[in-house]
Amino acid sequence: MVLASNLENMGILDAGVVALLGYCVVFFGLILLMCVVTIMGKIFIAKDKKVAARSAAAKAAVAAASADDVPAAPDAPAAPGTAGQLKLYDVEPKTAAMLMAIVAEKMGKPLNELRFISIKEVK
Amino acid sequence: MSINIGEILLNLWQGSGFNAIFAGFADGGWQNLVMLIIACVLLYLGIVKKFEPLLLVGIAFGCLLSNLPLGGLYHQELWDAFMNPASEFYHSYGTIMREGGLLDIFYIGVKTSLYPCLIFMGVGAMTDFGPLLSNPKSLLLGAAAQLGVFVAFFGGILLGFTGPEAASIGIIGGADGPTAIFLTTKLAPHLLGAIAVAAYSYMALIPLIQPPIMNLLTSAEDRKIKMVQTRTVSKTEKIIFPIVVVIFVALLLPDTAPLIGCLMLGNLLKETGVTDRLSDTVQNALMNIVTILLSTAVGATMVGSTFLTANTLKIVVLGVVAFGISTAGGLLGGNIMCKLTGKKVNPLIGSAGVSAVPMAARVANTVGQKNNPSNFLLMHAMGPNVAGVIGSAIAAGFLLSVFG
Repeated sequence: MVLASNLENMGILDAGVVALLGYCVVFFGLILLMCVVTIMGKIFIAKDKKVAARSAAAKAAVAAASADDVPAAPDAPAAPGTAGQLKLYDVEPKTAAMLMAIVAEKMGKPLNELRFISIKEVK
Repeated sequence: MSINIGEILLNLWQGSGFNAIFAGFADGGWQNLVMLIIACVLLYLGIVKKFEPLLLVGIAFGCLLSNLPLGGLYHQELWDAFMNPASEFYHSYGTIMREGGLLDIFYIGVKTSLYPCLIFMGVGAMTDFGPLLSNPKSLLLGAAAQLGVFVAFFGGILLGFTGPEAASIGIIGGADGPTAIFLTTKLAPHLLGAIAVAAYSYMALIPLIQPPIMNLLTSAEDRKIKMVQTRTVSKTEKIIFPIVVVIFVALLLPDTAPLIGCLMLGNLLKETGVTDRLSDTVQNALMNIVTILLSTAVGATMVGSTFLTANTLKIVVLGVVAFGISTAGGLLGGNIMCKLTGKKVNPLIGSAGVSAVPMAARVANTVGQKNNPSNFLLMHAMGPNVAGVIGSAIAAGFLLSVFG
């Protein structure tokens, strides 16, 4: 298809064609990119699953071996003045620290006067 | 030899800018005066109203400096000769360096596209593509939100602009300052001042422009939709992404290579973890230096003779149309995605598909929270938001390949 008018003095119909084509090209480019990113993501998810399965198997093997040998040592007693151990469920320690700082800031209380028992990610 | 005080004072007056304005009032002096007032209004908007102050203050001050008569900081006639194929100084940077003023030399960085590309490098170093990687479908919203670019281009043609001029005006709808400057410098440099001011002003006004359109094009029920958390993206994925994008997009549209190349280089510097010093420099020192040079140089192009025309008003109108329609395009995309996924996607995140990182994503989050205070859409909106940056660069690449 050849446009009837030149680029300097473009006709309305030709402008419409260029606009439509441009929008399609943007979609085409980003859809292709989406496919590439999706494939990339799938590869990484599969890889992560494989690594997780391998480490779970290794942990199970270590646990089985240690159960046969020596009984597990009891948890160390809490240090004086401590607020106890914080339990994290699907939360990175860095994120937990940030959340605790935000809560302390919002409540207007020093962090050492607050006690956090556990932080869990709500899915 | 006697000293004639009166003659000295007369010479001082005749050599002053005041005399140039008032004695030559009819011959362009009024234009200088009007532009000085416009510069002061822009300074007010930047400093008091905080409209994109990091850029608008520089743009306004550049405008102020170039419109001070006899200051010799910027010479429009040199750039007219530079752009005229019939002139002996056609594309002669030597002439600019030899005869130009300070702002002419600053402007070389705009003309060569150096500044927009360096700004893009900084933007890349400050951008986290994680939300996009965890939800690749958000790229579609970034594409949908480029609708305003092409509608405004069409509107520009209807209003009598040439193809290259209409393309430069349309890119305002991409809500991406460096891309708008990059494209306009190549296609319609005489409109650079008006387009840059319109683009940055509307970006600052996004919190006012977008919410009414968002409320109009989405239902109250859909605005309450909570989106589930997306997967965590690994470091390796984040490192590979900029390399893949630059190869892919630059092969698809080679004209986008400077912008996408710099954007992705900046991002790679951030993600590798072994170039922290470079990433820090690009994000802070380099970005700040280039912002000063870019904004004052762009402001300097706002010379009365080229700025005070009916075209500037048309650009201002088309710019807001472009912004509005881009937002609407993103929201329509969001609505379609909402329906197709069985209400798992909040359509509001579509409005963040216009680039304007991270302002548009913040607006989507704010509107979402107004309808459901426990809704946090920010990270979900960041996906379309950064996709919009790539989308507007592709749109610019297409327009450049057609009109360049």
